[in-house]
Amino acid sequence: MALQTVFFWILGVLAIAGAVGTISARNPVSSAMSLVFHFFMLAGLYLTLQADFIAVLQVLVYAGAIMVLVIFVIMLLNLGNEEKLVEGSNMRKLAGYTLGTALTIILFLMLILSNSDMQMLPSTAVGAGSVKELGKLLIQDYLFQFEAITLLLLVAVVGALILARRKPSKDKLRSEY
Amino acid sequence: MEALNNISIEHYLTLSGLIFSIGAIGVLTRRNAIIIFMCIELMLNAVNLSFVTFSAYMGDSNGQVFVFFIMAVAAAEAAVGLAIVLALFRNQKTINVDEVSMIKW
Repeated sequence: MALQTVFFWILGVLAIAGAVGTISARNPVSSAMSLVFHFFMLAGLYLTLQADFIAVLQVLVYAGAIMVLVIFVIMLLNLGNEEKLVEGSNMRKLAGYTLGTALTIILFLMLILSNSDMQMLPSTAVGAGSVKELGKLLIQDYLFQFEAITLLLLVAVVGALILARRKPSKDKLRSEY
Repeated sequence: MEALNNISIEHYLTLSGLIFSIGAIGVLTRRNAIIIFMCIELMLNAVNLSFVTFSAYMGDSNGQVFVFFIMAVAAAEAAVGLAIVLALFRNQKTINVDEVSMIKW
């Protein structure tokens, strides 16, 4: 059995377990921890696909930066005592599970019916996922998009600051209405 | 055993579809705004996985550049989304999306 096969099955099963833990945990902090675990398993899956750069980014950006932000907000809001948060009606839950199952079935049907001829193995010779290759693409072919992303991040930072800022005068104004 | 031993592109795409569906079920069933946010991240990651899969199986790096951009947009979305959750909690004292229906028609 090839090494890729072994790692695919182990990491795939653990990744799905992490995803299920994320949506089923009552406590938001354990939900977030399951998601961090899921992100690490996904990073491993990227490694089985020889996408080294993306795997490192996955750990740095998702498991690192984004999840730290999420956990920070969870703890800032002190949601531990909101565990009994009313989780909607049973009707809505049933509808959610029905729609989700329907989506799963549709995705599987499309995969089964697709009848693809793409059975080739990941190409190691091309070095598709190497940092060198990706760096060249980013700076040459996708230069404009790369710069646009920097602008987007700047706008997001400014927007987040404005949204999360305390506005005493505005709050007073609202209480008058 | 043949199918178990040979990892084809369908295996990765099936895994990606499963993770996406789990994320969608989470968005539809949970009522906590932060957990809904995390489920959206789950769905974004499922799409990333299929991008990387196609990129690796076709020997083309362009798909991985798209994953890079998706990650950047997800980071921006995280910053703004969590700021909105903070502002919501400050004004409404709740992050249960059922209780936030001020502008619902």
